[in-house]
Amino acid sequence: MVTPSLDPAPPRPRAESLSCPNCGAGIELASQGWAATVACPSCGSVLDASDPNLAILHRHQQGMRIAPKIPLGTRGTWHGAPWQVIGFQQVTITVEETDYSWTEYVLFNPYRGFLYLSEYLGHWNVIEKLHERPRLSGEGGRPVAILAGQTFKHFQTAGARTTFAIGEFPWEVRVGDVVQSRDYTSPPFLLSAEASEGEVTWSLGTYTPSDVIRKAFGITASWPSPSGVFANQPNPHAARGGAIGKTLLGLLAGLILMLVLNVAMAGNERVFESNFQYVRSAEDSASALVTDPFTLEGRPSNVEVELTADLDNNWTFFVITLINEATGESRDATKQLSYYYGTDSDGRWSEGSQRGKLRMASVPPGRYFLRVAAEGGELAKPVVNYTVAVKRDVPGYIFYVFAFFGILIPGFLLWIPAVSFEQRRWAESDYAPSASDSSEDDDE
Amino acid sequence: MTAPRTTSCPNCGAAISFLWAQAVQTTCTYCKAVLVRRDIDVELVGTQAVFPETGSPIQLGVDGKWGDRGFTVVGRIAYGWERGRWNEWHCRMSDSTSAWLSDAQLEYAMTQQVDGSGLPDIDTLLVGQTVQIGKRRFEVALHTYARYLGTEGDLPFTTYDKRESLFIDLQNDDGGLATIDTTDTPPSVYVGEYLSFDALSFRGLREFEGW
Repeated sequence: MVTPSLDPAPPRPRAESLSCPNCGAGIELASQGWAATVACPSCGSVLDASDPNLAILHRHQQGMRIAPKIPLGTRGTWHGAPWQVIGFQQVTITVEETDYSWTEYVLFNPYRGFLYLSEYLGHWNVIEKLHERPRLSGEGGRPVAILAGQTFKHFQTAGARTTFAIGEFPWEVRVGDVVQSRDYTSPPFLLSAEASEGEVTWSLGTYTPSDVIRKAFGITASWPSPSGVFANQPNPHAARGGAIGKTLLGLLAGLILMLVLNVAMAGNERVFESNFQYVRSAEDSASALVTDPFTLEGRPSNVEVELTADLDNNWTFFVITLINEATGESRDATKQLSYYYGTDSDGRWSEGSQRGKLRMASVPPGRYFLRVAAEGGELAKPVVNYTVAVKRDVPGYIFYVFAFFGILIPGFLLWIPAVSFEQRRWAESDYAPSASDSSEDDDE
Repeated sequence: MTAPRTTSCPNCGAAISFLWAQAVQTTCTYCKAVLVRRDIDVELVGTQAVFPETGSPIQLGVDGKWGDRGFTVVGRIAYGWERGRWNEWHCRMSDSTSAWLSDAQLEYAMTQQVDGSGLPDIDTLLVGQTVQIGKRRFEVALHTYARYLGTEGDLPFTTYDKRESLFIDLQNDDGGLATIDTTDTPPSVYVGEYLSFDALSFRGLREFEGW
């Protein structure tokens, strides 16, 4: 390596102090010669910053004055580096004869160059000039811009003009000149293209909460909270809903897996079946019997008792008791079967069924028998033949129906605010649904 | 590679030391005379009255990194255009090749000269046009008419005989850039990339009061 025997240049002074050739007010240039224009903070004249005499480019500026929320000269820290506010402008677009204005701040660091902030109704963006040229695509209607694999949806195209400017700018500020500005959004990012004088400049904004900006620039004054939804404001409901939504999707997948396993593993095994006869005696309408014992095997599981009776315009009420032979532990369930039919003016009709099921949950394995008590019925029909069949481990579905809705309802409730947030976002875009209708309504 | 050598300024007699062995043109650090190397001697080709003021943190002798190669800044050409000034800093890479560090608006880019044959006629290179250079595709971003404002240090070519030139800047979708310098025929083509201040790992930068 050669060690150059060079005298390093002396440190550059902090700022050049000049005076405005129009009004004589003092003007400090902090941008170390990189600014192209400076707008006099006192009279608003736009001056040539590269000219040692600050030649006047445009003498007059609109009469109104706007105070920047972060004053010129303020130093802040962004991503660990110091930045100084050296320029401030208001930019205005006109949509359907209504003016919308936002403000922009020029930040400078003598090593890192320029960085920008924008603010619209309390919504802040930190903006970097891009060196990449995004790819544009317009298949299927709405144009998109693609940068580093990320797709940005076109949001708005408008003619933007500077309506107020003070301080230094690395471009030539011309109050009133219109540049074509196109915005593409993929929250929290906003891609913007500004076309002027045969050049297209791309920049990337990152939505930044106002409290973060205030803290970065040590602002103690309070700022009004943001109003409305901004083009690249992250959807808080989508973020929250996203996490919960993932949990819900996981639950849903688990539920489906359980259902599949349940059906696949269910024994659905017939462990007992026998025929009985119920004869209603005159003095006592009830008649009880006990079955032979049977064995329920495996894990604790449900037991289904299926009753089939030769009812013929008749009914029977069954009380079924499942009794553990060893412990005497019992479970009761009841079922009424009734089957009526006939013919009337409308034709044939029937009501009820000769068959019915009842279910007992979580029955541990063991030896069991049933006590079956039958009662009731039409007086004219004292004899009922019936079959009792016992099935072990029958797949059940009703739980899944409830669980399914239990998962879908919170998902739906999360989805509604997320969708409404997106609707409010896009209502401000070129793609607002029936924008002209609503504005006409507003005018009334 | 020839060892860096020293001579003396034919204008003021100050010692001239070349930072880059292949330098064709250099500037006397003392009197700012522009000197062109002829075999073993240097010839005075001009003097610069006022050297353009610069706000760049880059200066001769700054070290930096471009990817895994180091570089040292050995020369500079200052340009002026309608929106101000910028510098192209001539860098000697650690593999002894020559590269350029551009500091326009403090947006840093490193480029190296590539073979420009096969390039379409420069008159067809309008803004928005797509151009293939080597294996990469670029889009014409800007036409810059630049004036030569002055030079400093060692350069791989002469500039004293130049006044103004058209530069065509091209960009692509992954931070690459290309510059076509139409000063000479055929034009010189430089290809490289934009780099962040942090990525360049500068050492020996100029200081700014209060920063």
